[in-house]
Amino acid sequence: MKATLVLVALCATALWPSPAPSQPSAIRVGSKSFTESYILGEIVAQIIDGAGEARPERRFGLGGTGIVYGAIASGDIDVYAEYTGTIAQAILKTPAVTSVEPLRAALAPLGLTLSGPLGFENTYALAVRRDAAQRLQLRSISDLAKHPTLRAAFDPGFLERPDGWPGLKAHYGLAFADVRIMEHALTYPALANGRVDVIDVFSTDGQLARLDLVLLDDDRRFFPPYAAVLLARRAVAERFPRTWAELQGRLVGRIDTATMTRLNALADLDRRPFADVAATFLGDTARAPRAARSGRELLTPGRELVTLTVEHLELVVIAVAVAMLLGVPLGILAARRPRLAQVELMGVGVLQTIPALALLAFMIPLFGIGTVPALVALCLYALLPIVRNTHAGLASLDPRLVEMTTVLGLTGWRRLAWIELPLASVTIMAGIKTSAVLTVGTATLAAFIGGGGYGTLIVTGLALNDVATILRGAIPSAVLALAIHAAFEGLDRLVIPRPLRGGP
Amino acid sequence: MISLQRVTKRLGGQVVVDDVSLLIAAGTTHVLLGSSGSGKSTILRLILGLLQPDAGEVKVDADTERPSRSIGYVVQEGALYPHLTVARNVALAARAEGWEDARQRTRLRALAELAGLDGELLDRYPAELSGGQRQRVGLMRALMLDPPILLLDEPLGALDPITRAELQTQLVRIFGELRKTVVLVTHDVREAFVFGAGIALLNHGRVVQHGTFADLARRPASPFVAEFLRAQAPPPEMTREL
Repeated sequence: MKATLVLVALCATALWPSPAPSQPSAIRVGSKSFTESYILGEIVAQIIDGAGEARPERRFGLGGTGIVYGAIASGDIDVYAEYTGTIAQAILKTPAVTSVEPLRAALAPLGLTLSGPLGFENTYALAVRRDAAQRLQLRSISDLAKHPTLRAAFDPGFLERPDGWPGLKAHYGLAFADVRIMEHALTYPALANGRVDVIDVFSTDGQLARLDLVLLDDDRRFFPPYAAVLLARRAVAERFPRTWAELQGRLVGRIDTATMTRLNALADLDRRPFADVAATFLGDTARAPRAARSGRELLTPGRELVTLTVEHLELVVIAVAVAMLLGVPLGILAARRPRLAQVELMGVGVLQTIPALALLAFMIPLFGIGTVPALVALCLYALLPIVRNTHAGLASLDPRLVEMTTVLGLTGWRRLAWIELPLASVTIMAGIKTSAVLTVGTATLAAFIGGGGYGTLIVTGLALNDVATILRGAIPSAVLALAIHAAFEGLDRLVIPRPLRGGP
Repeated sequence: MISLQRVTKRLGGQVVVDDVSLLIAAGTTHVLLGSSGSGKSTILRLILGLLQPDAGEVKVDADTERPSRSIGYVVQEGALYPHLTVARNVALAARAEGWEDARQRTRLRALAELAGLDGELLDRYPAELSGGQRQRVGLMRALMLDPPILLLDEPLGALDPITRAELQTQLVRIFGELRKTVVLVTHDVREAFVFGAGIALLNHGRVVQHGTFADLARRPASPFVAEFLRAQAPPPEMTREL
């Protein structure tokens, strides 16, 4: 299995030259996939642009801490906005250390550095509806302990992190009737519709004001401070001192909580593009049009659709093509060696059970971020139906027909190419078709590690809780799945011998 | 020449061929007669080299490098490849030998004539043929490289009685013309009578008697032989009516 992984990786890498090891003059700016992180990323990018020392390269929407930190640790991005609490807890695993100086010292051996605090804190908080708060007399988190019948929805990060739900539960002695895991953006409508009573929020969320939510007081001081800072590669900060000074000068101590909440609301509620919001903050509206050339969200809908379709198709076609080149031979091998087949089919089966996001996260230390790791992950997912159907198609051939090949003196590749593969072609093609259609869907997750495609819109839409944006990605993806299916039906006519096709 | 000396073969823990010795001279036709499970098909597959004996020795006058040049094999319903046309099916062994197209076509036409197959059918797929036609194609495929030995496993088993009788007559004629070493497996006493210069009657993997039909009918080696022949004989009244 390890050999297979390496093989897959090699193939993907060979087929897809790494995305040009960024030119020396570029600073790659990352962001997580939520509104505030996008806005801060865009602000940083625009300041870099203005400093004139280097060109900013935007790598936004890189999922959660695991992915974006993986990206900076492996040198795939140079700078992004992070929070001190997250650095202490999730990255350095030293929850006691919370102020900037010791954190910066701890990051130094990793080749990373921190800016000073930007001025606002985005801490975790629990929110409830105002009517519920009044009815149940909820003012602080301690008050929740008196109401064990309440239902909660938390985003996966909050649910897992020690400084999230597990710690909070123990600290306050909380218990809820029901605790669900939901994507963060979806917890707001769930709370507003009364499906749940408590959600975790960030204290700067733009939605808080619009939905008239009440933040519960952390009366027993559980949540560590989450002061916003810039996390950067030291080498880059040292190489572009003027840019780094400019970033610090214009951001450190310059964004207070009210400002950040307002900026978030501009994007979340007023649907202003991130580049616009960033420009508004920088008081430099002249820069917005310049950002438009590189900022994806300002493309016209038509251009955007074409660009994303090309990216998405690229992901699907290359991943499925490589999966075919590997999967069919692996299936043949499994059919020839029944004992190996067990191990092999189990191996590709296990790959399938790894959650897509986790698989994508595993790829970062090996391949960084962008198209390559997305392709490798997609290719691994695409393998199972192809290997399994190739094996099943060959193993279930009429043994009399197979035996006859020996009698007729057909050996090796002739037996395979003239008899076995054509006879199994219906089953093999069905596997390839399944794989291709599944890959169209899975490829939307590639956006979490900067792989592009329709997922970019879905990830952005999720961050903005904007159904229209999500649909702008999801509908073309569904249409593409249908189109790919139709295309493969056409391919059937070329590959499968006429008498085996059924129908005219 | 084909010779089996004290050959035993077990399959799935059961003795399928039990201490069998057979000698089949070149150019003669022999029938392996027996009910299902008697081991007759397994003997063909031992001769073909598809199976190796557990004990004893199988010797065949064949090109050991390329057995396909020496032995043709016909099975019930032909075992034709559904994705290939009749011509492609028949020519497979020749293609593997690297014959030129022209040579293949000449041989195909000759075989079609020998087997009584309409030349137009050569471009059809097996699914578009009748059972009898498929069986003729199976025979043509086995004869493509003109091997000295021809093995047939229940070649007429799946056919309706009229087609069956017709093909029987033609096969007897063809075997006569070609002078090949023929071993034919059947459970049908009438077929054994029609084809067999020599008949080996098998029961539970053993050869019960090996001789001409007359030998078996007049001097049965055991009560089983007489019983086997009588069980398939038409009742005397029927013969009289006909």
